[in-house]
Amino acid sequence: MSEPETTTMDINGFPTRVWRKGSGPRLGFLAGFGGLPRWVPFLDALAAQRTVIVPSLPGFPGGDRGHGVLDTHLDWLLAVRAILDQAGLTGADLAGSSVGASLAAEMAAVWPASVRKLALIAPFGLFEEKDPPTDPWAQRADAVPGLMCADPEIWKALKAMPEGANSIEWPIEQTRAAEAAARIFWPLGNTRLEKRLPLIAAPTLLLWGTQDRIMPTSYAERFRAAIKGETEVRMIDGAGHLAELDQPHAVAEAILGWTA
Amino acid sequence: MKLMWFHLMPYTELPDDFRDTNPSVWVDIHSKLFDPKRAHHMYNDFMDELEYAAQCGFDAVCVNEHHSNGYGLMPSPNLIASALARRTTDTAICVMGNSLALYNPPTRVAEEFAMIDVISGGRLIAGFPVGTPMDTCYAYGTNPSQLRSRYLEAHDLVMRAWQEKDTFAFNGRYNQQRYVNIWPRPIQRPHPPIWIPGGGSVETWQWCAEMDYVYCYLSYYGYKAGQALMDGFWNEMSRLGKDRNPYRAGFLQFVGVGESRQHAFDLYSEAAEYFYGRCLHVDPRWATPPGYVTEATQAAGIKSQIQQAAGAGAIGSTTGTRFAAVAREMDAIVDRGYVIIGSPDEVTEQLREVARSLNVGHLMLLLQFGNMGKELCRYNTKLFADKVLPNMKDLFGEWEDRWWPQPIGAAQRAEVPAFLPKLAAE
Repeated sequence: MSEPETTTMDINGFPTRVWRKGSGPRLGFLAGFGGLPRWVPFLDALAAQRTVIVPSLPGFPGGDRGHGVLDTHLDWLLAVRAILDQAGLTGADLAGSSVGASLAAEMAAVWPASVRKLALIAPFGLFEEKDPPTDPWAQRADAVPGLMCADPEIWKALKAMPEGANSIEWPIEQTRAAEAAARIFWPLGNTRLEKRLPLIAAPTLLLWGTQDRIMPTSYAERFRAAIKGETEVRMIDGAGHLAELDQPHAVAEAILGWTA
Repeated sequence: MKLMWFHLMPYTELPDDFRDTNPSVWVDIHSKLFDPKRAHHMYNDFMDELEYAAQCGFDAVCVNEHHSNGYGLMPSPNLIASALARRTTDTAICVMGNSLALYNPPTRVAEEFAMIDVISGGRLIAGFPVGTPMDTCYAYGTNPSQLRSRYLEAHDLVMRAWQEKDTFAFNGRYNQQRYVNIWPRPIQRPHPPIWIPGGGSVETWQWCAEMDYVYCYLSYYGYKAGQALMDGFWNEMSRLGKDRNPYRAGFLQFVGVGESRQHAFDLYSEAAEYFYGRCLHVDPRWATPPGYVTEATQAAGIKSQIQQAAGAGAIGSTTGTRFAAVAREMDAIVDRGYVIIGSPDEVTEQLREVARSLNVGHLMLLLQFGNMGKELCRYNTKLFADKVLPNMKDLFGEWEDRWWPQPIGAAQRAEVPAFLPKLAAE
């Protein structure tokens, strides 16, 4: 696993990290709950066939404190739109996971020309009273890894402080990622995304871990039914909420196939 | 100095096995435990107790705001305060306070506090807490990432609503209101005294210094645990060039007075163990909504954890995390200083030492706590008022309390008809 090329762009005055790796047609990825404090095998699997471009979202690792100036949902959408533009992703294929998937869906709905094909892994954004998502912000710290991944060790490894990292900044950055997600999705995860799903014309692949303990798997069908464009639902065995971390190759293969 | 009588209004009939059979006293405490007919008596007892404390000569009676909470039955302290405004005459009424970010628009706080101030003839102390994670983020669904900025903006709105003479437009980040013009306006000018209950964040201390507000540390863990924090507060005041006027600060302390230490120990054990055992049983999943603790305070916490041996004196960074390490048996409760007990002389001596060592001019006393009944509460209150309070009042006489209510003169006040239906029978 080699390191990606890292550049920095300015979003609302905040330095924002972009990772790039591979060659071929561009494919963007917006990370899920907790963000990506480090490069992961899933991105290498995508980079094997495509130029994978991974911009950080405001407040998530690599996104500095950019969430702090985003007060409304429109603020968020405009920030993500600026991120895609500056990262060179306008008109490219776009994948996202969890909170990132929700924003990817928004981009395809509000600016249809900005996204070619879409792949969403267990997106946030809907709330069904009879089948609610798990509250990710009201958990004992030791319960979180098992909620995010089928294999809790994978989440722990993602979040473990690397040697040489700043021992004060690192944990604060991980808390900030949870705060940034809260800033958009508190308290229910419901951004009324269902009103905009019918605007999505891009062909959309919906991926869901069979062991997702945050977003009920039944939500896949809700998304499928509401999206206007061609859709397909694929369940990923042995995967939790962040399916791309549990099953990097199966998820990457599905996305590469869909966007080929 | 000022001796203030504080009521939390705990539900007094949580079951013996509450801790083992319920996840939390707060947020998701089950409704089956709440009997409204029993609570009818609890509320009326509690309000009697507050009125009795005022009659006994305490400088203030204090109430506060909690939501979905088994030890705090005052979602709206303003309702209790308005009743107290009618049944007390000279006692200050301290509402400690209204969690500003929870009111939409926050103008509501300016209005209700003005009502209490006007009804009481200018006796209101206006408390502005941010509020605990349980109250604000979970029970009320406020976004933890916006809580503090909403709080600060709401503060600005309330202060302008109290002070501006003409109708104005408020063009805030979160609140926009075209016509702000509250009726009534508070009696106290330019505004009622502002007190800020807070944890140990340096930003709060600096803000209190800048705004010239009283800082209150409302901890359930007594003077021993509070010493380091209050030292930090006074060091920061010195650094900012502020004097050590003890009336800049308030501090909460549980107290039980008896004939002797052993007598007090026996009298108050059950109520204290009820409070520390059942009332502070909070599920840790409600402790730390992300963003509630500022990054500067997180950094200070991580640094102090690195410096201290794990667990040595660490009291946690939010109300919820502090609850986990609490002592629950009377020996330890007294040893650690959560509750001060003893004969009137022993209590006086300890409290004088507490006031001096913490340098606190506003002592908020919890003389009812846990499941303490009305009779014991009256006993504790009366004994304190007769034998402790008079021997405390001389403290800090050299300082001026610039943060105390300024009511209108007695001659200007409305005459409130007597309402003492039981008095003749007693």
